[in-house]
Amino acid sequence: MGNALFHLEWIDYAIMIIYFMFVLGIGWVLKRYMKDANAFLEAGRSMPAWVAGLAFISTNLGALEVMGMAGSGAKYGMLTTHFYWIGAIPAMVFLAIFMMPFYYGSKARSVPEYLKLRFDEKTRGLNAILFAVMTVLASGISMYALALLMEKVLGWDFNLSLLLSAAIVLAYTYLGGLSSAIYNEVLQFFIIVIGLLPIVFLGLHEVGGWSGLKEGLAPIVSGKGFAADSFTTTWKYTDQATSNPLGVEWYGILFGLGFVLSFGYWCTNFLIVQRAMAAKSTTAARNTPLIGAIPKMLIPFLIIVPGIIALVLMNNPSSGFSITENGKPNYDLTIIMLLKHYLPTGVLGLGITALLASFMSGMAGNVSAFNTVWTYDIYQSYIRPATGDKEADSKHYLKVGRMATVFGVLVSIAAAYLAGLFGNIMDFLQTIFSMINAPLFAVIFLGMFWKRATGHGAFIGLLGGFLVALLHHGLTVPAGATTLVKGGWLGVLHTYPVEMAQNFWTAIYACAASAIIAVVVSLTTTQKKTDDELRGLVYSLTPKIKEDHVVWYMRTNTLAIFVLTMMVILSILFW
Amino acid sequence: MLDIRIPIGLLFTVLGILLSAYGIYTNANTELYSKSFQFNVNLWSGLGMLVFGVIMLLTVRKKKG
Repeated sequence: MGNALFHLEWIDYAIMIIYFMFVLGIGWVLKRYMKDANAFLEAGRSMPAWVAGLAFISTNLGALEVMGMAGSGAKYGMLTTHFYWIGAIPAMVFLAIFMMPFYYGSKARSVPEYLKLRFDEKTRGLNAILFAVMTVLASGISMYALALLMEKVLGWDFNLSLLLSAAIVLAYTYLGGLSSAIYNEVLQFFIIVIGLLPIVFLGLHEVGGWSGLKEGLAPIVSGKGFAADSFTTTWKYTDQATSNPLGVEWYGILFGLGFVLSFGYWCTNFLIVQRAMAAKSTTAARNTPLIGAIPKMLIPFLIIVPGIIALVLMNNPSSGFSITENGKPNYDLTIIMLLKHYLPTGVLGLGITALLASFMSGMAGNVSAFNTVWTYDIYQSYIRPATGDKEADSKHYLKVGRMATVFGVLVSIAAAYLAGLFGNIMDFLQTIFSMINAPLFAVIFLGMFWKRATGHGAFIGLLGGFLVALLHHGLTVPAGATTLVKGGWLGVLHTYPVEMAQNFWTAIYACAASAIIAVVVSLTTTQKKTDDELRGLVYSLTPKIKEDHVVWYMRTNTLAIFVLTMMVILSILFW
Repeated sequence: MLDIRIPIGLLFTVLGILLSAYGIYTNANTELYSKSFQFNVNLWSGLGMLVFGVIMLLTVRKKKG
């Protein structure tokens, strides 16, 4: 207990306990609505658009993300907003307008199931198994990071923290399924906004507002060899990779991040798409990503701006602010140290609760996506198919879904301890994830917009894209890499200035290769699906959606225009 | 189905009351608020949460009524 970073008082604990009582209480109340598999695993397709939209964005606002992005704010400045604007918004708009009608309208219960309906069983199987494995690993890693944080920050025992957080997550997902996970994501969204707002205000107060921040940054940034305003602008210094702190030029950002990486993530990751599939109508499902996009664009002011403030503070010895650990700056600590620097007892408890909440809802999100894919795409497809007795089947799959929840949490705990043994597992997993997602986007995109794409084409395209990604990763390294996890394990053909540039290009090659392979194989194999079977799954065979009955400001196209305009305005303001 | 605005409204009302009460109670404690430049962040955050919680609850009542 002695060397914990924070000392919490009774009021801090009271806030934390009340919050988690509500979390468990929501699960408890929702339990009585969980009468069949559909209610438990798909939230009964009943969520209003704003609830699904906030959950949609909240799933991507886990504590690791918050801590990482605040750290990136300190490292790269406002260029980090590319991950929130160009690297998210176009993909979310595309998902809403073009892809959601097929995901939602096809009545598929998961992304793997869409692949089964559109292509074939083997494509679904490959995707389902990969997704299930990756999802529990991801949940284990966030559990590990959470326990580590609680040990360091609060002085709590590692094992106890791990098991306690796993127990809370298990309890509310077991009781209320996807609905419970979604409700808690919405709760987490509000608590994280309210928990971090005081830091933004106090931080801007200390550095003298936005103009004071710019003045404070100028000497620091010039010292790093960049233009004085390069940390408060987004596109201005992207004509060359070397003239901005991100180390990537504008076309790398536009195509790598803005196209391949973000479309691969936002449009095909079932963890995200599941939130929109839980919406109550086609219009609500399409509006989900667009409603989520509005707060998404504003999150940088809550997370990245404090990171930039931290950069100014850590270069000013009289501020008493530091993120140095064992002689080196640990950027992951940025947000934690800001909490410590600014928040007195009371709101401090709120800030810590917000972080814990976002860790747990991240795990719950993974577990609730895992149990759906496990139950429908693995268990129902390969172990025990439906018998035809709808009522009995639904009861049975509800039971299986619940058991999968328990199983998912147990495997996550095992994965958490595994993560403790291999320090690089987080990097490793993220690398593999981007290798799987980029080809998946290419294949789903072809599937939705080209009716000639075949099952064999999709399957071989997925595998081929993944192999090309592996090959590219094996032949290139980011400058200064010390482990083979970063690449170059086959030899080094090219060295990228930063790791991010390598990631971007891995994804670009994987996506392009996957698309080319899928097209070539599709053209040389026969289409086994008839036009009738493809209705509702392919653009050209699906009737256009009419929105006449929806009020004009809630129409998908209206919201899309609004969201894109807002992105353009923000980009110009911070050009 | 449970309307999510009810738990959100209740949670923020309860936390808001708790935090603003603590803020009022500690208002004279200059040492506590030295970190936050003597802004009583507990009181202001608490009031903000309370207002947000009550608005959430009111929107539920209005719809039912």
